[in-house]
Amino acid sequence: MSEDLTASTITITGAGGDPVEAYLAVPDDGATTRGSVVVIHHMPGYDSSTKEIARKFAANGYAALMPNLYYRQAPGASPDDAAAVARADGGVSDEQVVGDVGGAADYLRAVPGSNGKVGVIGYCSGGRQSFLVACSLQFDAAVDCYGACIVNPPPDGFPLKVTAIAGLAPDLSCPLLGLFGAEDKYPTPDETAELSKVLDNLGKPHEFHTYDGAGHAFFAVDRPAYRPAAANDGWQKIFDFYGRYLAS
Amino acid sequence: MCTYTTEKIEITGSGKGAQGWFTLTDATVYFDHPVHAMAEHTLNVDFRNPAHGPAARVAVELTAESARTLVAAIEAALAAVPAALAS
Repeated sequence: MSEDLTASTITITGAGGDPVEAYLAVPDDGATTRGSVVVIHHMPGYDSSTKEIARKFAANGYAALMPNLYYRQAPGASPDDAAAVARADGGVSDEQVVGDVGGAADYLRAVPGSNGKVGVIGYCSGGRQSFLVACSLQFDAAVDCYGACIVNPPPDGFPLKVTAIAGLAPDLSCPLLGLFGAEDKYPTPDETAELSKVLDNLGKPHEFHTYDGAGHAFFAVDRPAYRPAAANDGWQKIFDFYGRYLAS
Repeated sequence: MCTYTTEKIEITGSGKGAQGWFTLTDATVYFDHPVHAMAEHTLNVDFRNPAHGPAARVAVELTAESARTLVAAIEAALAAVPAALAS
């Protein structure tokens, strides 16, 4: 695999027909057909580290697209300034996330060479949003990396605007891969085990992995939470999972 | 986790950001993932002037211990001067 790729900033059509900035990374590997992945950024925003994740997917043969979920609040702003505005404004609604990610998936299905199969992945708050969109839209494979507040509502005293969404599980449209840290408090291993039980009862295909010695954000190479052993194994599981469900 | 917890206040003063000094009108205070600090969570303050755009911001990310020390220092500094000066 050459790992050659082309990456650029484009505009897609998001929720409500709004133009939304997005980062597109496409392999330059000569393949005539390929699967695609929508990457959902974490709460700190549409930042360099998440763009690097999009490029990693392209280097491994997938077209990847990351919508800037904070574009409306702060078009043209740096990612950290935009995240600050989004926070001050109370965050983005689940409805808007579904619309923006749906727009990204539609764009990817129309990219030349697309095999029509699209996966989704999200980290931290994006992990919850990955589950949300996989229960709201048609996807072929979804990955939740340590998303909290899926089973349990936010803790008392936390003015979170998000709600628990495990009740959406009957509408899960695709297999789900969950990657979690055993030392994470949000979500706890008990919470992810509960989600697994819900999906078992519904007959929804899923596979969850919980890594010892890892907590929240263990994939984040630029943060002290980074755990190379968990992250490396997690990446292998992601590419194995997408290889099974997004391959041509 | 992403706490989303945010305290918003109106303030009067000035700050120096990437484009120089500007008037401050708002501040948001929250305990969540930092952008730059080497900690899983930090006490973050954004001193802002939304009317001047997203970049009109002075951001700090402090460990919880540092934030509490800063709060005590601010209170001490205010208490050390005549009340008429700091009213």
